[in-house]
Amino acid sequence: MSGLLDHKKTAAEIVKLARSDDKVSVKFLLTEIFQDFIEFHGDRVYGDDPAIIGGLAYLNQQPVTVISTNKGQTTKEKLASHFGCPEPAGYRKALRLAQQAAKFKRPVIFLVNTAGAYPGRSAEENGQGEAIAKNLYEFSKLPVPIVSIIYGEGGSGGALALACGDRVWMLENSTYSVLSPEGFAAILWKDSSRADQAAEILQLTPEKLLRQQVIEGIIPESHSKYRLVKAIKRVLLQEIDQLQQMTTDELLEKRRMRYRKF
Amino acid sequence: MQLFNELKNLSAKHIKVNKQASQKVPSGIWIACPKCHQSFYHKDLGQYKVCPNCQYGFRITARQRLNWLVDSFEEIDADLLTDDPLQFPDYQKKLIKSQQLTKLNDSVLTGFAQIQSEKFALGIMDPFFIMGSMGTITGEKLTRLFEKATQKQLPVVLFTASGGARMQEGIFSLMQMAKVSAAVKQHSDAGLLYVVILTDPTTGGVTASFAMQADITLAEPRSLIGFAGKRVIEQTTGQKIPSDLQDAETVLKHGFIDQIVLRSELKNKLKWLLEFHQRRDS
Repeated sequence: MSGLLDHKKTAAEIVKLARSDDKVSVKFLLTEIFQDFIEFHGDRVYGDDPAIIGGLAYLNQQPVTVISTNKGQTTKEKLASHFGCPEPAGYRKALRLAQQAAKFKRPVIFLVNTAGAYPGRSAEENGQGEAIAKNLYEFSKLPVPIVSIIYGEGGSGGALALACGDRVWMLENSTYSVLSPEGFAAILWKDSSRADQAAEILQLTPEKLLRQQVIEGIIPESHSKYRLVKAIKRVLLQEIDQLQQMTTDELLEKRRMRYRKF
Repeated sequence: MQLFNELKNLSAKHIKVNKQASQKVPSGIWIACPKCHQSFYHKDLGQYKVCPNCQYGFRITARQRLNWLVDSFEEIDADLLTDDPLQFPDYQKKLIKSQQLTKLNDSVLTGFAQIQSEKFALGIMDPFFIMGSMGTITGEKLTRLFEKATQKQLPVVLFTASGGARMQEGIFSLMQMAKVSAAVKQHSDAGLLYVVILTDPTTGGVTASFAMQADITLAEPRSLIGFAGKRVIEQTTGQKIPSDLQDAETVLKHGFIDQIVLRSELKNKLKWLLEFHQRRDS
């Protein structure tokens, strides 16, 4: 339980920690939180985006569909996944797998760490906006529990498209915002070097977001990644258990109200 | 022809500019189209404010559009005001300026309208209200519009124009994307029609939510439709992008727009579509 209790970190420090290369990797999360993760590829339209990894796994004995952003470990992986910025194919893969989960009545878990949707020519041509829009639209009525964990950066619509379900938790050192502090500073002061100042104004830290009811809770980060994984697993089990007690109508009405209040 | 070419090749040094004369021409008499760069006399813009050369629809306020679009209109939620959730520096000043300019409380005008006998819920975003950005009130007004349309069993017609999320409202702006999307979905599940008309510019979080969720997606000629800004794309990828990448015509070619409609024909097109979707089950 270090971190939360000792000195209060500034927003800029949390931004740095959220982007750190030491951040827990998606591979580690997938193998340590879940058993028997099996990856499925492709959006069934035109491609497979390595920035999103998805598939089936057991969470204890519970079958779930897991979908995670992937920043990549090696340089090659990082380039292929645009440093974890999904293309439309990634969002469409996420939707396909989530709808499959709904068919077989298993919960969907999103693990989110992305600076945002990939801003590129191909992404525009293939309908980046439409892909995100469709996820928001369909997930609002997906008839199974959806839990998202933001474990690094939660960048704008690209993150929201994977964090628009029933419950959203954040790791202690993670961020969630409408745009990056650099982008914000560049627009506001025409000076991206004032990002630290921008980070404060943006109110992108878990603590601020919890107070504003944008998220349900904060998971403390300890020095041990195994302990972190345990904490994440506990949250997932507890949330899914609660959500599964509801009828589908109740679940969807609560989900609607979760966003209606903003 | 030879003479013509020579004239074309005249450089600045060949021409003595009569500066006094050019000062006598009031600004705004000659207008250059931002898309095709053709200059024309300002009256040629006509009531629809359209480039006579390329048909590009100039940006207009929501109330200007309303003038020629419908036969009757009853505005709703005109008094909602943002409570400035981030207490953002100088935001209030910006809001007041935009409110005076557009005669709106926030970046979208909503209400119930009629074209001849066709009744529908209508939303028009205003590109002059902080770039048509989506704040909490924008989202609230749109959500209420879809909710009320669902109750009243009416179709929704929405004109989008937006620079995207409103950064002055931070994460609350982002949440509007999910909030409005849920209301659109509910409206759709009730079997009701949603027609969107993308106008210049429709970008960012608006493109990535309700602008791309309609049953029928129309666009005005040459309007800019995209997700990421051109500068962001070029800085991120290090590549120049073609100037027409985000033109409505290109977006149509890639499969995301049903039809491009001239501004002068919009009213008739909407009337036709609304009539066509008259519910026959009652």
